[in-house]
Amino acid sequence: MKLEELAFARQDYAYAFLDEFAKRELRRKILKAIAIPGYQVPYASREVPMARGWGTGGLQVSLALIGQSDTVKVIDQGDDDSVNAANLRRFIARMTGVKTTTDTLAASLIQSRHRIPEEMLNERQVLVLQVPMPEILSSVQPSYALAREMHSDGDYALLWLGLYEDLVKYREVSYGADYPVLVNGRYVMAPSPIPRFDTPKLHQAAHLTLLSAGREKRLYAVPPYTNVYPLEFEDVPFQIEDQRGWVDASTGATGKFMSEIPQDGGSSSYQLSDTGLKQKLERQMTGEQVEIGATYFDDDTNFYIAGFLKGSS
Amino acid sequence: MNLLEMTLDAPRLLEMQPLLRVKNLCKNYGSLRALENVSLHVYPGEVLGIVGESGSGKSTVLRLLNLEEPETCGTYQLEIPELTGQNLFDLNRFQKRETRVHHIGIVYQNPHLGLRMHKSSSGNVAERLILAGEKRFAELRRAAREALSASEFPISRMDEPPIHLSGGMQQRVQLAKAIAMKPKLLLLDEPTTGLDVSVQALVLDTLKRLQFELEMTMILVSHDLGVIRTLADRVMVMRGGRVVESGLTDQVLEDPQHAYTQQLVHAKL
Repeated sequence: MKLEELAFARQDYAYAFLDEFAKRELRRKILKAIAIPGYQVPYASREVPMARGWGTGGLQVSLALIGQSDTVKVIDQGDDDSVNAANLRRFIARMTGVKTTTDTLAASLIQSRHRIPEEMLNERQVLVLQVPMPEILSSVQPSYALAREMHSDGDYALLWLGLYEDLVKYREVSYGADYPVLVNGRYVMAPSPIPRFDTPKLHQAAHLTLLSAGREKRLYAVPPYTNVYPLEFEDVPFQIEDQRGWVDASTGATGKFMSEIPQDGGSSSYQLSDTGLKQKLERQMTGEQVEIGATYFDDDTNFYIAGFLKGSS
Repeated sequence: MNLLEMTLDAPRLLEMQPLLRVKNLCKNYGSLRALENVSLHVYPGEVLGIVGESGSGKSTVLRLLNLEEPETCGTYQLEIPELTGQNLFDLNRFQKRETRVHHIGIVYQNPHLGLRMHKSSSGNVAERLILAGEKRFAELRRAAREALSASEFPISRMDEPPIHLSGGMQQRVQLAKAIAMKPKLLLLDEPTTGLDVSVQALVLDTLKRLQFELEMTMILVSHDLGVIRTLADRVMVMRGGRVVESGLTDQVLEDPQHAYTQQLVHAKL
């Protein structure tokens, strides 16, 4: 018997690009992150054929998790077709041979930059978020060593002081995105720069959320059905962006996160940020049978968990 | 009434337990012996002054009492229900922080050490309450307003950052921050040094009034004998990391026994 018959055939690239040791390390770190919700686990961020800051963290997690039966969706700011999303999707498909989709319901693994889809994810889906700055305390504590100490003490007073200062100065909290959240009553984490609109979607979500920062070499997780509360004063509740009255120009959809498109003459028109949902709604309008899942927010921007958003309406 | 049957109250100071007990405190910085066997007691509501020249270890004592630095040897006890009999130096980092937040206030000579210069003044005061777990915005505002007005800070300027304020005002913000949680112990490290004489007098007035109203125990470090004379009940003279003399303020300043204290009092006069 010859060696060639016993061994696997030679391949130019490993399945899913990363070598088996890299994937095993990532999987172990992901397990650790799931075991300690919100805790930042350092990992050896590998080189991938893509510049740091373009989703290398999310890509490595996706590559470590992806199996041959998976279906992948990649989103960039809600958009399936932007250069970044298209490149990542093509790369993942080429290195693994898995199916790709733009339909949230059909995907088993969703890699996203800065958005959580409007349609509810289920227990069989995994959301991977790309994170530029994993350390929520870096804005108030420049030293990573001291920030880790603060995390271990649960000392988040400086973040609360930031909220206080915002309220004193602007009468509202000035975080546009990346609103700090308390995960499982223990660690405060940066939910990656998702808009405030998406922040409540993490609370008691059915799906697993993994957040990974390639440049900063940290990953963390929100396991399914975990409490995730935005930091808020008892008497000044957390608020999502007020987009009531914004209507999608092509489908007439309301109550979802919109992109504002400036028009000639100073007016604005609005467009659904989640293009996967937008395409499905457009197809539905032509009379096609399309399955549209339940959404986190209804048409009047009411969140599906009643009473969770004390500040709205 | 039969005079023989009447029971007299024992003098208050004989019955009272000291609030703070420090025994044989020493501190080394590398090979330098900064403190050598410093022991002190302070009774509730009392003001203890510590005088001495630069480098005598006055500020080191305060830093150790504020649990900012590890000690080299010695014990430190505060007579507080949940901490009775506990050597505070043995607490872990988290417990030390809790103790500092709830029971100890400090005012530094340099406001940059005690304040976040670019946050609002009221925010600086509120930070103490946030650390203690207060999560109501209205309550934070109320407490900040109360503490700032207690330290005679103009309320109309409560949301200005300390960097825009005068030295005297900055000291008042520090003071408000220190008293926000109504601590048992207030540590003052040269609180009026660097202020001009009239402002100094105003800050001293405030301190005296607060001490009277809140019955706080204070340890006041200063090289200015005038400040010590105004505020302190008892005084401790330090030199080269040792206590050379201690006693009632009037006694020590009128009739100094140790050669160094004599020199100090004469230099002042």
